[in-house]
Amino acid sequence: MIMGFPEQKHIGRNTTAWLYLAPNFLGFLSFTFIPVLFAIVLSFFRWDIFNPPQFVGFENLRDLLGMSIVNGKIAFNDPYFWKYLWNTVFLMLTIPVNMLVSLLIAIMLNHPLKCIGFFRSIFYLPTICGGVGILLLWSFIYNPEFGLLNQALALIGIKGPGWLTDCTWAKPAIMLMGTWGAMGGTNMLLYLAGLQGISEELYEAANIDGASVFQKFRHITLPMLRPTSFFIFIMSVIAGFQGGFDAAFILTGGGPAGATTTLSYYIFNHAFVWFNMGYAATIALVLFLIVLIITIINWRFGGNVHE
Amino acid sequence: MNRHVFHKNLNTVLIYAFLIIIGFTTIFPLLWMLATSLKDPYADVSKLTSIVPSKCHWDNYRAVFVETNFLREFCNSVFVTFTITAGKVFTSSIAAYAFARMIFWGRNHIFLGYIATMMIPHSVTMIPTFLLLQKLGWIDTYYALILPEMFTAYGTFMLRQFFLNLPRDLEEAAMIDGCNSWQIYCNVIIPLSRNALITLAILIFMGSWKNFMWPLIVIHSAELYTLPVALAKFKEMYGIQWPLLMAGSVIMILPMFIVFIAGQRFFIKGITLGAVKG
Repeated sequence: MIMGFPEQKHIGRNTTAWLYLAPNFLGFLSFTFIPVLFAIVLSFFRWDIFNPPQFVGFENLRDLLGMSIVNGKIAFNDPYFWKYLWNTVFLMLTIPVNMLVSLLIAIMLNHPLKCIGFFRSIFYLPTICGGVGILLLWSFIYNPEFGLLNQALALIGIKGPGWLTDCTWAKPAIMLMGTWGAMGGTNMLLYLAGLQGISEELYEAANIDGASVFQKFRHITLPMLRPTSFFIFIMSVIAGFQGGFDAAFILTGGGPAGATTTLSYYIFNHAFVWFNMGYAATIALVLFLIVLIITIINWRFGGNVHE
Repeated sequence: MNRHVFHKNLNTVLIYAFLIIIGFTTIFPLLWMLATSLKDPYADVSKLTSIVPSKCHWDNYRAVFVETNFLREFCNSVFVTFTITAGKVFTSSIAAYAFARMIFWGRNHIFLGYIATMMIPHSVTMIPTFLLLQKLGWIDTYYALILPEMFTAYGTFMLRQFFLNLPRDLEEAAMIDGCNSWQIYCNVIIPLSRNALITLAILIFMGSWKNFMWPLIVIHSAELYTLPVALAKFKEMYGIQWPLLMAGSVIMILPMFIVFIAGQRFFIKGITLGAVKG
């Protein structure tokens, strides 16, 4: 059982307890539990919200995931879904890079120097500033003519591309923005907390054995931070599968040619632009299934990371 | 010995160099945003060579507030965010109190249900919630912005873990003195959990202030726009007037900045609460 209590005096019982729980529980029922059930039901219907819903059984699922072989080639029923799933996964390639940068920053901040608090606050700024304001800033930075990036490149004689309108550069541009926003943020604080939990004696013992800085990093720091790294990785992957909406909406409109459309943007379009409620619910449930599988992997292999 | 000191100093210098480079990379775009927001919107202002505006056009900020509906949208955001923050902290703290300190039918099962739903993507619940609100006729009202955001499984979970670790002596003393459960909550639990509550409140504030997708979905009338939606529309209208656009962005970011600075002391410690244990 996840919550064993020693038997103690309890402050309240049934009725009192439910009074305290009620507001939260009602919210939970109306905006989480019932909607999830409703989404499952919805995925069996075709519904544009203007006409009455029409029961179609598993057709939505077939339209979404189905494939057939035509002339020896695989033809997907919804090639867009697979393309956008690939986009979503591709954008997550920054996760290891972000983690490494966060770890480096955390290691540097773990030294007893002056101004550490100052630097920590500076590094945390992009995290607190996030949202539409920062996305607008980046649309300015990536502007082909006036943007900071292309003007800086022009100084060294390179003519930069239209970052957000070029099929090759749109994804890397979004990823770079993500790294800038994430490197000194919450993950870095988690690493910092993890580093401070490593016993100093381990390093002293290694010093006596004449270990180099790199050896200490490889054989003490990294293994001791494994639970933290695992936690950050899983959380980033879960967030990654659900992410990308704001950037796609504000910066690129999902383009060029769908290069920056992620699953969440695709779901939004199906639900609230094209009003395919049933189909949108189906995609959302498939997304849920992916997240669920990752969470189960987390439980199975994550050990005691999450209390 | 000298060599050792030299190495130590070299290390310190390298660390500072690294920190300064990363810090510069982080803060330069933000400073550029601030500088751009003060430039003349009608001149060719975006040249890198003129990073610092020759003359501060504070007028941009006045223009953003006066010539658009920004003041109204700012007030909407303030109202919605404060209501959500207060509501969420209140509902989740009393629920966490019940989970941590009371005994009732189904407690463990309900709590397990809360944990299980924390990983459900927002996209799954968003569509049915929209349809539900539409049925109630609440689309395009403050209700749609606020009500679905009034509870949090994550906050309840985090506070419950925190409450479980509070010492019980004070509560027991209060019980012996004849305090009822509400008095214990107000006079014992809340004062002891100040850090956790402030951390949660800051997290909720930031999340709600930045929230873009949900207001975009449920709000259609301009007078109910929150800041993020307003800024996105602003970009469609004034796409090329970067100084005005950046002024709007600065206005959106400033409250989060102030809240962060004010609560930083609690926040940096609190954010790792309940996430990882060694």
